[in-house]
Amino acid sequence: MGIRVTDISKSYKNVKALKGITFDVKEGELFGLIGPDGAGKTTLFRILTTLLFSDEGEATVAGYDVVLDYKDIRQSVGYMPGKFSLYQDLTVEENLNFFATIFGTTIEENYDLIKDIYIQIEPFKKRRAGQLSGGMKQKLALSCALIHKPKVLFLDEPTTGVDPVSRKEFWEMLKRLQKKGITILVSTPYMDEAALCDRIALIQDGGILEIDTPESIVHKFPKALYNIGANNMYQLIRSLNNYEHLYSVYPFGEFVHYADKRPAFNIADLAQYLDAQGLKSFSIEPTKPTIEDTFMELAKK
Amino acid sequence: MNTIAYIVQKEFKQIFRNKGMLPIIFILPILQLVILSNAATYEVKNIKFAYVDQDHSSTSRALVDRFNASSYFNVMTTFPSHEKASSAMLLGNVDVVLEIPKHFERDFIKEKASRLGITINAIDGAAAGVESGYINQIVQNFNKDLKVTYVGLSNKTPKPVNILSIPSFWYNITLDYKTFMVPGILVLLVSMITLFLSGMNIVREKEIGTLEQMNVTPIRKSQFIIGKLFPFWVIGMGLLTIGLILAKLIFDVPMVGSLLLLYGYTSIYILVILGMGLFISNFTDTQQQAMFIAWFFVVIFILMSGLFTPIESMPEWAQLLTEFNPIKYFVEIMRMVMLKGSGFSDILPLALKTLAYAIVMNGLAVWSYKKTA
Repeated sequence: MGIRVTDISKSYKNVKALKGITFDVKEGELFGLIGPDGAGKTTLFRILTTLLFSDEGEATVAGYDVVLDYKDIRQSVGYMPGKFSLYQDLTVEENLNFFATIFGTTIEENYDLIKDIYIQIEPFKKRRAGQLSGGMKQKLALSCALIHKPKVLFLDEPTTGVDPVSRKEFWEMLKRLQKKGITILVSTPYMDEAALCDRIALIQDGGILEIDTPESIVHKFPKALYNIGANNMYQLIRSLNNYEHLYSVYPFGEFVHYADKRPAFNIADLAQYLDAQGLKSFSIEPTKPTIEDTFMELAKK
Repeated sequence: MNTIAYIVQKEFKQIFRNKGMLPIIFILPILQLVILSNAATYEVKNIKFAYVDQDHSSTSRALVDRFNASSYFNVMTTFPSHEKASSAMLLGNVDVVLEIPKHFERDFIKEKASRLGITINAIDGAAAGVESGYINQIVQNFNKDLKVTYVGLSNKTPKPVNILSIPSFWYNITLDYKTFMVPGILVLLVSMITLFLSGMNIVREKEIGTLEQMNVTPIRKSQFIIGKLFPFWVIGMGLLTIGLILAKLIFDVPMVGSLLLLYGYTSIYILVILGMGLFISNFTDTQQQAMFIAWFFVVIFILMSGLFTPIESMPEWAQLLTEFNPIKYFVEIMRMVMLKGSGFSDILPLALKTLAYAIVMNGLAVWSYKKTA
C-alpha cells in the first residue's frame, strides 16, 4: 500500500529520462532514491505526484493509480519539490494556513503531526517566507507538505543546499515522521544520507542499478578496499591508474579508495611500487566499502 | 466556495504587498489619463506658414491678411522666390507655402479666375489633410468676398442659388476633442492594466514553482482560475470608477447615459480581457514572454479600435479584423453611453457580441489550462 512502480518509462523529445523502472516501497518505509543529477529522480517524482504522465508502465501510490485515481492521490500525498516553491510574499503562518485551507483542513486539526517541525519556525510566523533562511524555508515547506496528514510523503532532494547541521536535523525529523506511519520516498545526491534510509534504490541514467538495504548494498562491493593517502594526491592517483593490478581507484576525501584485481593482494607490493614512483609518506590501510564505492562500482558496468 | 474565497484573499494580499506593482496599477493609469487626454488632439495649431507674393497687389495682401487673422496659422516669412521657399520647407522651417503668381489681381478681374499655388509638407499625412482643409476654407471665403467686390455688382446674369450648409455637431457640440478622447482613453486603461496583470499572474506562479505545488493539491481547475482572476476583475472595475471620477472632475466630460449600464457592460467586457490574459499565460513560461505577447495584442487592439483613427476609413480587411477587437466594442459603447446616452436596447447587439466573445475566450483559456503541465 505504499508505492508500487511497474515498468515506468518516460522520454522527453530525444532524451530517455526513465527506462522501465520497477520497484516497491512498503507502507511506512523510508525509501531513498540515490543518484547523480540528471538520473531521472525528479521525473519519477513528477509521475508519482500526478504532475506528469508516463509513456509506459503503471504506478500506484497509497493504493491509487497515478492516472485513474489522480484526485485521490492529490488528497493523500505530500510533495516537497527540490526548489522552494511556497509564496515568498506571504508570511509563514499565511502559507501554512493557505495550504491547510486548500486541503480542506486547519492547522489545529493536524497540529500534532507538524508540531515538532513547526515549533522551530513558530517564532517567525509573522515573517514573510522569502526572508527565511534556507533551513527554515525547508522546515516550512515540510510543514506545508504535511498539513493535510498525507499517507505518502515525496521529498525531492530536500537537503540540497542545506547546511550539515540542518541536514542532520532534517533526517531526524524524517525518522520521527516515519514512526507515525507515513511512507516516505526521498531522493538525494548525497551518498552519506543513503545510509539513513530503510532501503535505497541506486539510480543512474534513468535505470535502477540496485535496490536493497544500505547494509546489503555495501556488501555488494566485490573486492577488498584500501584507504591510501600520500603527500601528492594527483601523482598518487596517476600512479595507481598505471598500476597493472589496479581494479578501481576513486578519490575519497583526503584519501583514495583502491581495489586490487588479485585475490591475494599484498600491501607491501603496492608500497614498493608507490615508493618507486617517488611518492612519500604514504599510508595504505584496509577499509570498509561505503555506498558511494558500491555506486561507482555499479555505475561502471 | 471557501477555497475560492481563500485564494482571492491570498491574491489581494500578494497584490497589495507588491510594492512595485501598486503604483503601476493605480498611479500610472491616472497619469496616462491626464496626460494623454490633454495631449492627444486632432486639432492642428501653430502651422508655420510662409508665402511668396509675386503680385504685390492689394488683393494678394488681403489674402495674406486672411491667413494672418486665422488662429491656426503663424505667418512667418515671405520668400522672394519659389526656390527659397522650397529649401525652407526642406529644412523643416515651414509647413505651408502659399504662392501668389504675378497678375493675380488682374487675371481675377479680367478673366474672373486666377490660380494660387499651395505647397504642404505632408510627412504627417493626417496633419497635412487638416491643414489643407483650413486653407481651402480661407481661400473659399476670400473668393466669395472678392466676387462681391469685383464681380457681383457688374454681373447681370442671375446669381446661382447660394447653398449654405450649417453643420451642427451633435453629442459634442463644441467639437471638444477631450470629450471624444477621455472615454476612449479610459477604455485603454481598464483594458491594458487588467490584461497585463492577469496575463502575468499565473505565469508568475509557474516561474516561482508554486503552480506545481498547487497542482498536487486537490484544488479544482475552476476554483483556482476563478480565485486567481476575480481580484483583477475587481481591480478593473475599480480603475473604471477612478477613471470616471477623474473624467468628471478634471475634464468635465458629459455623462449622459446610465452609469449602471456602463458598469454592467464593463463587467462582461473585463471577462473577455481576463480570458485573454489567462490564455496568454497558458502559452508562456515567463512573465517576460507574457508581457511581450500582451503588449503586442494591446498595441494592435488600440490602433485598430477606432480610438485614434476611424474604423470606417480602414481597408475592408482591416474593418473585418476589428470585429475581433474587444477594445473597439468598449470604445464604441463607452462613447455611446457617455456622450449619446444610449440605453440598454441600443447597446444590446454589441453587448451580446462581447458576451459571446467572453464565453469563447474563457472557454479556450480554461481548455488550454492543463492541470498536468
